[in-house]
Amino acid sequence: MKNIQSVSKKVKMSCQNVWKVYGENPNDFFSNYSHTEKDPSALSKELSDHGHIVANADVSFDVHIGEIFVIMGLSGSGKSTIVRCLSRLIKPTAGQIFLDEENLLEKSEKELIDIRRHKMGMVFQNFGLLPHLNVIENIAFPLKLQGLKEKERIKKAERVIDLVGLAGRENNFIKELSGGQQQRVGIARSLAVEPDVWFLDEPFSALDPLIRKQMQDEFLRIQSIQKKSVVFITHDFQEALRIADRIALMRDGQIVQIGKPVDLILSPKDNYVREFTKDIPWESVLQASDIIDKGKKISETAEQVPLDMPVAKMLHLLSKKSTGVVVIDRSGKKIGMATAQSFVAALATAEN
Amino acid sequence: MEKFVSKFGWFFLNISWVLSLPINAAQWLLHSLPWIVVIFLVTLTAYLSAGIRLALFTLCATFYMVLIGYWEESMNTLSLVIISVPLAVFIGFGLGVWGYFSKRAEKIIMPILDIFQTVPTFAYLLPILLLFGFGTVVGLIASILYSFPPMVRNTILGLKRVPDNIIESAIMSGADPKQLFWQAMLPSCKKQILLGINQSTMAALSMVIIAAIIGGTADIGWEVLYYIRKAEVGQSLVVGVVIALMAIIIDRITSGFAQKSDQEKKDLRPPKNIKISYLSFALAGSAILFIFARLFEALDDWPYDLSIWLASHINDLFDTFVETFRAEIKQIKNYTLFFIMLPTKIGLQQAVSPFTWGFQLEMVHKIFYFGSLLMLSLWLLKNKKNDFFVFTLLIMIFMYFGLTQMPWPPLLIIYSFFAWQIGGHKLALGTFFGLSFIVVVGMWPEAMISVYLCGIAVVFCFITGTSLGVWAAHSSVVSAIVRPINDTLQTIPLFVILIPFVMLFKIGDFTALLAIIIYAIVPSVRYAEHGIRNLPSEVIEASKMMGSTRMQLLFLVKIPLAMPVIMLGLNQTIMYGIAMLVIAALIGTNGLEQIVFIGLTDGNMGKGLIAGISMAIIAMIVDRITKTISEKRSEALGLTIK
Repeated sequence: MKNIQSVSKKVKMSCQNVWKVYGENPNDFFSNYSHTEKDPSALSKELSDHGHIVANADVSFDVHIGEIFVIMGLSGSGKSTIVRCLSRLIKPTAGQIFLDEENLLEKSEKELIDIRRHKMGMVFQNFGLLPHLNVIENIAFPLKLQGLKEKERIKKAERVIDLVGLAGRENNFIKELSGGQQQRVGIARSLAVEPDVWFLDEPFSALDPLIRKQMQDEFLRIQSIQKKSVVFITHDFQEALRIADRIALMRDGQIVQIGKPVDLILSPKDNYVREFTKDIPWESVLQASDIIDKGKKISETAEQVPLDMPVAKMLHLLSKKSTGVVVIDRSGKKIGMATAQSFVAALATAEN
Repeated sequence: MEKFVSKFGWFFLNISWVLSLPINAAQWLLHSLPWIVVIFLVTLTAYLSAGIRLALFTLCATFYMVLIGYWEESMNTLSLVIISVPLAVFIGFGLGVWGYFSKRAEKIIMPILDIFQTVPTFAYLLPILLLFGFGTVVGLIASILYSFPPMVRNTILGLKRVPDNIIESAIMSGADPKQLFWQAMLPSCKKQILLGINQSTMAALSMVIIAAIIGGTADIGWEVLYYIRKAEVGQSLVVGVVIALMAIIIDRITSGFAQKSDQEKKDLRPPKNIKISYLSFALAGSAILFIFARLFEALDDWPYDLSIWLASHINDLFDTFVETFRAEIKQIKNYTLFFIMLPTKIGLQQAVSPFTWGFQLEMVHKIFYFGSLLMLSLWLLKNKKNDFFVFTLLIMIFMYFGLTQMPWPPLLIIYSFFAWQIGGHKLALGTFFGLSFIVVVGMWPEAMISVYLCGIAVVFCFITGTSLGVWAAHSSVVSAIVRPINDTLQTIPLFVILIPFVMLFKIGDFTALLAIIIYAIVPSVRYAEHGIRNLPSEVIEASKMMGSTRMQLLFLVKIPLAMPVIMLGLNQTIMYGIAMLVIAALIGTNGLEQIVFIGLTDGNMGKGLIAGISMAIIAMIVDRITKTISEKRSEALGLTIK
């Protein structure tokens, strides 16, 4: 596997053909089933006809090192279930889950505890803070579970408390904090053990819209420092667009489409995806690299823009320069030309 | 049974001997400490638990015990409680945790708890008495058995209520199963567990008091009973108050700690050395007071001639009261007896006579009675109120023939049918076999007498109690008056409640009825108020906006919505009624409870035990039926009962 993947796309965590089925004896259906034989939708239907509830059906995806992987879906789409399968809070019915190329389903309960203590951090929708502990004790709780000495715990916790901007609140009890502050504690706690993989299960859904926006910025800031491999669950498409490197859109326990935000907008796989994307203002999502006119020759004299510049910021440039602008990558290499025409063309493909 | 005892008797006697060691030790300790030291320690605990007000109350209350000369007896009772509570809490907590983690264990534990809590308190004592012989140990074992179920329930409930996200977040923080339990789940449900300890302590106290009936413990319950039997009601009240005070103090201290576990999060946690300083303060204070007590005899043993004798004053007071209102009291008693109790018991057919109602039951009256009720029921049928139609018809038949005069087959069928209508065939079968058992063992007549006495009380409690509760829900003044009264009634051990009624109305069915009513009305009031106060405010606001008047709002919206909770109140009222009924046997009733009581005092174990089981059967059937009604209503309304 290692050889095939390019360095920048090294896989941190991966789940392959994961099923989670609730009911009496779902295992009977999987004993002689290999996913090539049957269409997942057909098996899913067969399972529910026999009184089972299918929470996840044949879910597969990779999470790359350092990327923000967003799983987006409406309630009941199975997004919370899949993240619980990844963190092994629940056991999948079928499929495989890898972390650093090690199969989590083959780990004993003891090994799992060890993995959670050192490699995983998770933030919950309703915070999941312990009411009998104060802020600093809550943050240091995972360290306490590892058996660290009190001094060391506090020292480590102090570091993350600064990171989330709660310094000075160490001795408050959870009740005294606002929702946003409580979630800051949740975030700090999940980072206290310096995990590799960071799960966030609808972390901002319980917050007011304004606070939510603030916390998203805060999250992006923290992530730019920490560079974790993130699995982020949300039901808010706008939120997904704002923060995601890649999005997996889920429906009825299955993944409908995986791609960069712009892929979902420019080439939605079906009408369900299109429903989500149709009200999104294109110019806020499209970046310079998305509107490159492949047929056009690269001009040497034209103005240069970085490839991740939002199109919204390029509009005045495009309107003035009929020849277009040059898009360059991070190393300064010219990769193509973007013109007003290519912008319109990109929109036109999206509209269909 | 006797064979069993003769074979394994030595085994139980050994247990008995082992258990008596800690009791004796506790008694020795509490007796050898001067009273002033004990008062100091208890008051300090009260202060730590709930502040200065409770501390003052505790100080006065405990000093009262010294003053009236019942310190020794009080300490005997206390030592039994002190030994039985930790054991009960330990057992209860263990079973609760087991029940939480194992579904199968829960399935076994829950019905056993039901039986333990519905078997009348006296019936508990019978087998224990048989196995362990007389003495303090019987009281101890009975009170452990009686007081561990609430601990189990609260432990399971508390653990179940730990939010999923706390459990998940603890697991994701890397907690192993042990850490998850001790560091995350247990602290999150600390309050519920402390409430469990509170309830267990109260149950233990009330059982210790009841166990006094078999004697041999020289505790405070025995004293009360002794004076009731000697008809020295004034003295029994004076001593009874000690029990009530003790119950209130223990209740407030334990529930104070439970409340505090919630509030202490508000202030910054006190530094650890404060705790240590309280401890050293307690030790130093005790030591100083101990030395003082050595110097001044009165601080150790309160002199006999300084004790205050209140009994004669109280007797005088009540005597004058009874003298002055003799006519009124008699009238109330007679009216209730003639117009309510007798007709229910033996039916209008026999109850109506020139002596009671002033006329003979003629054909005209009968025709009028059946005619008017039939008309009413037909009118109800026409208006599609089928439930009320059946209800009216049944009432008509019941009231004519009387509950105890009806032959058992039709009653058995009616009850089973009723159970079937409400809870399906399972409940019906349970009812049928349960009641058949009572018929087969020949307890049916007594059972019906119990049902009749309890039934009247419950109907009265439900109607007045619910109205009072509804009123309290709308008026903060009424609520503020009613609440402390309810609190007190709920904490006072049952047979202290009997005393004032015995003083006023002498012994008999009527007095028993009043005592049951006063005790069993509490849950009706409580649940009605709680149900109405906690309705979703959107619904109330929406109805107001639609222009409903206060009365419409109450009868069309609030009461129907609060019905599941009110029905739970009915359920609790019935359970309380049955509990009090058992105690009321002390003042001469004729039902099952009397057989249990006689079994206890005469040593007729078999019969007493069967009567006790019969009562438990009735209690369980009624419990299931009322709970099912409540659950069905709340399910239909889509509400969850808090």
